[in-house]
Amino acid sequence: MSDEKTVENLITITIDGKEYKAKEGEYILNAARANNVFIPAICYLTRCSPTLACRLCLVEADGKQVYACNAKVKEGLDIVTQTPNILEERRAIMEVYDVNHPLQCGVCDKSGECELQNYTLEMGVDAQHYMITDTKRETANWSSVLHYDAALCIVCERCTTVCKDMIGDAALTTVKRGGADLDKAYKDTMPKDAYAMWNKLQKSVIAPSNGTGHTNCSDCGECIAVCPVGALTSRDFVYSSNAWELKRIPAVSAHSSDGFQIYYEVKPTSIEDRSEKIYRVTNEWNYVSLDGSARFAYDFENRDAKKDKEAFKKALDAFKKAKTIRFNSVITNEEALMLQTLKEKMGIKLYNPEVRAFQKFLSFYAKASGRSLYSADTDTILKKSDFVISVGLALRNDSPGLKYAFNNVQKLNKGAGLYFHPVGDTLIPTFGKSVECFTHKAGLEEAALYLILDLFADKEKLPEEVRAYIDSFKRMTKKTVKEKVMKEVVEITVDEETGESKEVKKKVPEEIEKEIEVEQNGLVELLGKESDAFADTFDKMTSKKETFSLMVGEDFYYHPKAENLAKLVALIEKTCHMNVVIAPPKSNALGVALICDLDDKAEGYTIGYNENGDFRISALGDGDLDMPALNQQEGTLTNMSKRVVPTNAALEYGGYELNDVIRELIGAPKETVEWTVKLPVSKGFKAVEFDTLPNEYKNDGSENRGYLLDIVMAETPMPKVEKFNEAEVLEGEIAYRCNPGRQFSDFTDKAHEIFEPFALYASRAKAESLGEKVEVVFENGSIVLDVIADDKILGDIVKVPDFKSAQNVYELFGDSRYQNVTIRKV
Amino acid sequence: MGLEQFKNRNIGTQNYKMLDLEQVPTRNFDKFKQVVKRTFKGELFVGLWVTLRAMINALFRGEMHAVKYPFEKLPISPRYRAIHEMLRLLESGHYRCIGCGLCEKICIANCISMNTRYDENQRKEVSEYTINFGRCIFCGFCAEVCPELAIVHGSRYENASEQRASFSLFEDMLTPIDNLNLQQEYQGFGAVTPYADDHIKKTPLAY
Repeated sequence: MSDEKTVENLITITIDGKEYKAKEGEYILNAARANNVFIPAICYLTRCSPTLACRLCLVEADGKQVYACNAKVKEGLDIVTQTPNILEERRAIMEVYDVNHPLQCGVCDKSGECELQNYTLEMGVDAQHYMITDTKRETANWSSVLHYDAALCIVCERCTTVCKDMIGDAALTTVKRGGADLDKAYKDTMPKDAYAMWNKLQKSVIAPSNGTGHTNCSDCGECIAVCPVGALTSRDFVYSSNAWELKRIPAVSAHSSDGFQIYYEVKPTSIEDRSEKIYRVTNEWNYVSLDGSARFAYDFENRDAKKDKEAFKKALDAFKKAKTIRFNSVITNEEALMLQTLKEKMGIKLYNPEVRAFQKFLSFYAKASGRSLYSADTDTILKKSDFVISVGLALRNDSPGLKYAFNNVQKLNKGAGLYFHPVGDTLIPTFGKSVECFTHKAGLEEAALYLILDLFADKEKLPEEVRAYIDSFKRMTKKTVKEKVMKEVVEITVDEETGESKEVKKKVPEEIEKEIEVEQNGLVELLGKESDAFADTFDKMTSKKETFSLMVGEDFYYHPKAENLAKLVALIEKTCHMNVVIAPPKSNALGVALICDLDDKAEGYTIGYNENGDFRISALGDGDLDMPALNQQEGTLTNMSKRVVPTNAALEYGGYELNDVIRELIGAPKETVEWTVKLPVSKGFKAVEFDTLPNEYKNDGSENRGYLLDIVMAETPMPKVEKFNEAEVLEGEIAYRCNPGRQFSDFTDKAHEIFEPFALYASRAKAESLGEKVEVVFENGSIVLDVIADDKILGDIVKVPDFKSAQNVYELFGDSRYQNVTIRKV
Repeated sequence: MGLEQFKNRNIGTQNYKMLDLEQVPTRNFDKFKQVVKRTFKGELFVGLWVTLRAMINALFRGEMHAVKYPFEKLPISPRYRAIHEMLRLLESGHYRCIGCGLCEKICIANCISMNTRYDENQRKEVSEYTINFGRCIFCGFCAEVCPELAIVHGSRYENASEQRASFSLFEDMLTPIDNLNLQQEYQGFGAVTPYADDHIKKTPLAY
């Protein structure tokens, strides 16, 4: 389990005559970086597989030349980072990279942050010995956000690598570009590696892997982040600013519950308007990968807010007569604590449909498992697991961080994965060969967990009745199989020379038909797969697997049997040696769930904080009183990794804050961040001042941001789980409450680089049958939506987004994420 | 040479030459006579003659020294750093500035500001550019750093106007397209003054 710190096997290596400690099995390059030793490398990405495109990381290990990104350390390894031969290779490589590279560095968007420039200087390239005819390479827009300038591309393949190994979209690939052939004479005169590198470079260029010229990916923009040159940029950012003009403000992504570390990069809006504007979001791409909302939904600030005294007075009156405050998860821990204090002192109810179900689920889980919080986080899954299971989580939409983890485990840890979800997906099976997708019927989530218990549980530990229940699904069937058997045959041969006859025993393969008893697993069949076939693939999947992780998501919280699901999850954790992560739905849902005592119902006069209400305080700029958005205020957020992470104000805010309201009502400190130290220690928070919270990644990739929540553990008996009822399966037309990839809330919708509309998303076949516009009728209301075909969806279930709070989709769906609906063409 | 001559401070032994001074008049009438004599002797015209000679040279011989500013201006040194100019490419007439932002970066008075964008021809376009002349110290770093010889110091040193803004925008500094043939290259810091040859004098080595 991840709580116990595994003692890493440290070994001693020597780099350039100095001794260092390194983790066993680590690549030389990573070991060097962790010890602050510089080895040049362009194409290698820390959390991805080595590409071996640039060959700069050439070093000598025990007298043999190896690539540091690809060779692992072992005890006593003696590494030399520079020899005359290596230096010659590196210089030649950099010269080759500079061949025909455009010299318009002055207008390049990399503006001095260019790795090509840096290494060219580092290797002291002051003359060019190689040349070749150039080919014209055109710029292209690959998607609504991606801009590619092929002329600047050095084909290091970092973009393709990160897209495949981390993001999972594999939307980019190298293609032929028809460059001129190298002069044969170079082969003899050039250093070997430089020639090989050039030969490849000269032939290739990057392009969308589906061959259409458009990526059709999740538009996360991670390829932009990793590009060492100015070849890949965001369409919005192209030529809008030099990097050096931008001020970097460390913050936390505000939309998904991953809480990625990001930097808002700000500079004045224009010559006339000197107020600052966010130009782009960057990240420490070696250690954290962002999703599209984190990277592109940055301009959701409440601009031009002023201290409106009238509105403030009205707000105070509204709070005084309010019975309920309705809010969502896009608030800081500090604000959540303010609201909770308000509840304690004034008795106002706190209503948050987004988080309430999650909070309940967490408490069911805590009661059943004895742990105050789940055990795993994205980081432990990424680094350690080799078998991941996702249940009740729309992996592509709900939690980008977990999607990356799921994918990364397949690619890097030679892992395997099971994905249980009622909505079929075309992308997830492509993550790896050992990924099995169960597209089961909505309502069978419990069956999925029972199957996991069956497959992974330590049967000894499992309660008797559960074991019996699982066994009740199994039945034996007879099956004829063809089997190859080696049969011993005795042959008599006659020796030609001597005429002696000899008996020779020979083994001859023979095929026989055999009737065998096969165990059929009813659970597998119930979940929509062939039992036999699955049993075979499962055996292959689990071989040599050691660390298992389970991700569960929002489907479980909005489920009529949420309590039983929580108990099953706890049971799995106790009996299967499995790390569990319970993905918070959005933004700071975990923080809100821990800090606030939420109520089930709103009643009476309601104040809506970024939500509907009789009086609205809002950071969206459309409320009765302005509030600062998450990029305009300091504070902490609690992310999925159970980490309390600090975020800073990127933009100015001129209006009133929630703290001002609270101060007038019940008294509060001067600054919002003075609440940080008061976060409830009983819930795992620490009494730490905001200003002392660290916010960095270290060279070895370890995360030093904020602090981890304390987890309280208690001994509890095995949770008593209930059986599931097959009859509760949903049939017919089903709507699933699920947002498109980069949308999470009104804030993402406000951002100008997020284009996903509020519409009904369906598989292509379904969308065609539905027409352009439909009315989706629920039991307690209806909603009219445009229909959009999503090629990555399979099956008939349609997705209805909830990111616009004004549409009140949460109330349409009630306490389940799947609902039977009638869909009418409009 | 010995120093005896200097050390001898005895006046009587030295060879002084006495000036042949007139007797200072003592009587009032003598004093009056002296005043009249000095007043009408004509020395006044001795001085005036110098002026007259210069006037005649200026008016009739074409040797005028005064510059009729503001109708006439002296040529200034190419090193002179006055209000900036934005130059155009001589071939195409397009402005030279590529929007690299180096001038903005190097400006020690922090007075240059620019907006750029991706234009229809896939080039970086300078959509707005301004220099705050209230802060500019005319150090010339911007012209020095410009890789395209686009921003230069012009010769416009008369900065008085109703508004500073009237010469601080890109369009104001840009060479008017119909004056493209008159556009002068900026010689820069190391430039020699025009007619420098004429002003050369021999180094006086005679002593």
